[in-house]
Amino acid sequence: MSGVSYHWDFSFLWGYRTVLLTGLAYTMAYTVGTILLGLVIGLVAGLMRMSRNPFIRGPAFAYIEIFRCTPLLVQIVWFYYAFPILIGIEMSATTAAVLVLSLYTGSFYAEIFRGGILSLELGQWDAARAVGMRQGQLMRHIILPQAVRRMMPPFINQSVIQLKNTSLVSTIAVTDLLYQGMLITAATYRPLEVYTLIAAIYFVVLFPLTALGQYVENRLRYAE
Amino acid sequence: MPNSETMAGTSAAHSEAMIGLYDVHKSFGPLEVLKGISFEVPRGGVVALIGPSGSGKSTILRCVNLLETPNAGTIKVGAQTLAFSKRHRLPGDRRLADFRARTGMVFQSFNLFPHKSVIENVMAGPLIVKRMARDEARAIAERLLARVGLAEKAEAAPARLSGGQRQRVAIARAMAMEPDVMLFDEPTSALDPELVAEVLAVIRGLADDNMTMLLATHEMAFARDVADRVVFMRDGVVVEDGPARQVIETPQHPATQAFLAHFHRR
Ligand SMILES: Nc1ncnc2c1ncn2[C@@H]1O[C@H](COP(=O)(O)OP(=O)(O)OP(=O)(O)O)[C@@H](O)[C@H]1O
Ligand SMILES: [Mg+2]
Repeated sequence: MSGVSYHWDFSFLWGYRTVLLTGLAYTMAYTVGTILLGLVIGLVAGLMRMSRNPFIRGPAFAYIEIFRCTPLLVQIVWFYYAFPILIGIEMSATTAAVLVLSLYTGSFYAEIFRGGILSLELGQWDAARAVGMRQGQLMRHIILPQAVRRMMPPFINQSVIQLKNTSLVSTIAVTDLLYQGMLITAATYRPLEVYTLIAAIYFVVLFPLTALGQYVENRLRYAE
Repeated sequence: MPNSETMAGTSAAHSEAMIGLYDVHKSFGPLEVLKGISFEVPRGGVVALIGPSGSGKSTILRCVNLLETPNAGTIKVGAQTLAFSKRHRLPGDRRLADFRARTGMVFQSFNLFPHKSVIENVMAGPLIVKRMARDEARAIAERLLARVGLAEKAEAAPARLSGGQRQRVAIARAMAMEPDVMLFDEPTSALDPELVAEVLAVIRGLADDNMTMLLATHEMAFARDVADRVVFMRDGVVVEDGPARQVIETPQHPATQAFLAHFHRR
């Protein structure tokens, strides 16, 4: 086909299947765990950012913008190396990874929550207040159920990105899918096959998710 | 609730009114929208608010149920009275919610909850605010839907209803809280002409049942026939306040005459 005569051979990877599966398990666990934590953080930060009180709004604003506007890789390295020096708390790679990934995706979820809530008509607040609902009741029964539906497409989108982002924790020796791939490469000197397979695994996991996102988006558009 | 009907008198009417506004001021930033509004609606009374666009009708209604906080003045609904000024602290979330639970409000744009079925919209207040048992709330909602002629639409989604049907659901939703008073903000202005009558008929029915009502409207014939009194306002002040038929048919103030001439021509 071309002048390049690389001889592809994937067969040796079969022997590393448990290593790869372990890596995939770590990647999935980090993804799901930090998405759940990030959702809680994002809901709280998103609501705080909409507060009329500047002492509530200010910190939420600072958190969201700092995490959205610095690279994730820098955050991971910073939390792992700089944070312990500044605060004097040693942090395991796992702790640093979970913390940073949750805070990072949480800052995006915060904006997704806020966007979903602000997209509702002001009349919804008026109507809920007019029947006598208190702030918490109004949020729980009227605003959030509607906002969450509108949030689904960007939420799925951000979660796809989050799964890919977990690969960055390999830089601090968390044994995720990419890190396992690096180990196998070091042992076999066959980076092409290893990284091609790794990419394929990510694709197989993520493609159905993006398809689901598309489906949800179409359904919502139809419903409105 | 104190029995206010036993209190006779004219100047002491402060306590007889079901709705009272006393020297209410409201500004949005530098713009003063209400410049000292005072009037009352007695128990069972129907007062229509008329006036040109931007005169402050919606703001008055929103001040009566505290969707907007007046900068100064006193608001009374039923047995509850709240005074506002720079010195008063704003009422808290719970106080506001309790106050609003006793004042029903119907909006120009319906504002139904689109993620809830028709009957769930009507049940929302009793269930969420009053924490009523589901069966009990359902019974109330069914009765009210029947009353506004929508019993068979109970399970429908609001999006499937016509504007007139939506507004009737909104009225039922407000009535489900068994409010002391009902506020209507141009309830038929967003409707196609052929749907106006069905909504007005429901409001007329409430008036016949002696519901205390304050209603902003552009339906002059309706105001004349259903309201006891008409309040005409312009630029944030009450210009004329009198018996409905008199204000609509023989207005005294030139501004009222000019405003109504525009309607009579049509
Ligand atoms: N939230 C707000 N912020 C700033 N200005 C406002 C706000 N709400 C109302 N206004 C202004 O207050 C004035 C009175 O408005 P309001 O809605 O009470 O008038 P209206 O008599 O109900 O008019 P319409 O017949 O058009 O409904 C208008 O100039 C309007 O632009
Ligand atoms: Mg208005």
